[in-house]
Amino acid sequence: MKELFILVVVTVFTLVTYYLVEPFAHANLHKHVESEAFAYADLAAVTKTGDANRGKELVMGAGACTGCHSINVAGVSAPMDAVSSAAAYGVNPPDLSNAGVVYDEKFLNALIKNPAHTLVVEHTFDADKGEMHPMIPFYGAGGDIDQEVADMVTYLQSIAVSQEELTPAMAFENACGRCHGVKYEKWTQIGTKGTFQHKRDELAFDIQVLDYKDSLKAYMGKLPPDLSMYIRSRGEHYISTFIENPQSYLEGTSMPRVGVSAQTAEKVIEYLEDSGDTKRHEREEVGKYVMIYIIIFALFALLWKKQVWRDLH
Amino acid sequence: MAHFTKATSIKDWLNQRLAIEKVEKVLASEYWIPKNINFLWAMGMILVITFVLLLVSGIFLLMYYQPNVDTAFDSVNYTIMREVGFGWLWRHVHGVAASVVFLIIYIHMFTGIYYGSYKKGREMIWISGMLLFIAFSTEAFSGYMLPWGQMSYWAGMVITNLFAGGSLHADGLVEWIRGDYVPAQAFLTRFFMLHVLLVPLAIIGLIGLHFGALRIPHVNNQDGEEIDFDEESKKYLAGDKAGSKVIRFANDFMAKDMMVVGFYLVFFFYLVFYHYGFAMDPVNFDPADGLKTPAHIYPEWYFLWSYEILRPFSTDVGLMAFAFAQGIFVFLPFLDRSPNAVPASRRGLFKYWFWAMLVDMIALTAMGKLPPEGIFSTIGLVAALGFIGLWIALPIITYFEKKA
Repeated sequence: MKELFILVVVTVFTLVTYYLVEPFAHANLHKHVESEAFAYADLAAVTKTGDANRGKELVMGAGACTGCHSINVAGVSAPMDAVSSAAAYGVNPPDLSNAGVVYDEKFLNALIKNPAHTLVVEHTFDADKGEMHPMIPFYGAGGDIDQEVADMVTYLQSIAVSQEELTPAMAFENACGRCHGVKYEKWTQIGTKGTFQHKRDELAFDIQVLDYKDSLKAYMGKLPPDLSMYIRSRGEHYISTFIENPQSYLEGTSMPRVGVSAQTAEKVIEYLEDSGDTKRHEREEVGKYVMIYIIIFALFALLWKKQVWRDLH
Repeated sequence: MAHFTKATSIKDWLNQRLAIEKVEKVLASEYWIPKNINFLWAMGMILVITFVLLLVSGIFLLMYYQPNVDTAFDSVNYTIMREVGFGWLWRHVHGVAASVVFLIIYIHMFTGIYYGSYKKGREMIWISGMLLFIAFSTEAFSGYMLPWGQMSYWAGMVITNLFAGGSLHADGLVEWIRGDYVPAQAFLTRFFMLHVLLVPLAIIGLIGLHFGALRIPHVNNQDGEEIDFDEESKKYLAGDKAGSKVIRFANDFMAKDMMVVGFYLVFFFYLVFYHYGFAMDPVNFDPADGLKTPAHIYPEWYFLWSYEILRPFSTDVGLMAFAFAQGIFVFLPFLDRSPNAVPASRRGLFKYWFWAMLVDMIALTAMGKLPPEGIFSTIGLVAALGFIGLWIALPIITYFEKKA
């Protein structure tokens, strides 16, 4: 009984110390941001029902999207390669094949009409000072602009893969991968770095990445960090709420609000887990067996003690 | 030359050459331990087991770790964590054990203080134990440099800066320790050497000294009772096991030790698999960057109390307070002027001193991590002054302590 009391005292002091240096200290060290569940509440609701066919005509025609963007599934290739695009615009404009599933519908509608505002980068792209965001706003094709935008978004949704078919890698590469490299997944801003038979081919690829990064650095102010270990250095909650709105943590950052849907964000997190916490499934599996083994060991140790001490009392 | 006869068995052969039976008696079956003990007496065995876990996991990590500023971070986070089979397991065992070992060391220390196990011939046990504490601290700090993350780099910068001695401006000494003006390749390689060779050697030597120091004064017991070990062991060997106040180290004491070790390992492996975050700071998963200072720089939890003694004062006063805090525990046997070697509960004012010291060190630990602002820095200052005050008060209150 006395021993149990001592154990309680030791445990209480240990837990108090743990509470103070871990949960309590971290709550005071870091700002806490609540998730808004990717609702994008500041953006206007979509009121029109779009028509994919009319949307296609706009995207390919009056909307002028394909002047900069490729749509590979529709057979529209990019006007320039990634490195030249980055040199022209700062960053390579995304392929729109899966934009309809990666990004939130409300976000896409608002983005087409006013990119700088929707991306929350008006502090770096102030139209009044002549600092235009490289994506030109859509001013309408003569009809009801809201209807036209809804048509375009509906078209993009119609050509995209389904939510189930969207893999974590596709989600990441679309939403994050044109600015962030992930060294541990061999991902560079211009695509996955494969294996090369000849050193000069590999060097040529590396030089392209370097050139791309130079343009990106000039565009963003600094090179966006490699995200290989971000799941361990930042954690799921931070990353998720950061993606929702980077300004909530880093006021004035040039990173735009990306506008992904809640499901896409989950897939981005999964991709980062695959990179920085690769063995999490194995850890849980092995953990179970080790715990069972060690509990059995402890029970045998207890029985041995009882046997040895029977004569000693 | 000794006389050797033809051996009758392997055991006999060894016995003639190594006296294994005698060694077994001296180390185990006739190494006498008091019976009146509780589970806190198993902390030594838990520390041995944890040290072995650190050593074994460390050996596996050493096979893949690269002490190079360009590759260190990736050799840990990519090669060991992703490529090497069960590399993640060895790393998590190593990281968690490095943190938990300090929890057990602190429990072990405070057990010694509570039961007065540093007095009446047990001074060398305490002193060798405190030397072990210093060696383990060096081991922990040098190991923390190796993944070459942001916290490795900046903690290395801050701690080595302390050696400039404030107004003394011993910058040459700092450069000598770093091997460079800032932490860089020379710094990493020498801390690697310290971590995998010199300090572990010192630890193993000190463990030998610590165990050796126990032989003559024997292990203390729950009531600080002076036991006649010769008399009591005779009683035991004559068959009166229940009446004797002593037990064999093996298997009697060992059986209880292993029971506690069993429960401890359940706790330990739970942490390794399901709750390792506290032992692996998130900031250190960002690669070292000398141009980007982290928003908050703090040491691992077990150094926070001494860090907080440094922090609330001006540079020079802080450094003196810090040096005082580092060294003062070694002198405990001589600062405690009372001849009473009994539990703190029976020692008048010392009882309050013990609990005040424990609470004060927990307060320092908590404030050491929190940002030094507002109420936190006030509490930190009070706790730091309290720590120094308690040590000044110790000789006085124990001098006037009544004989128990």
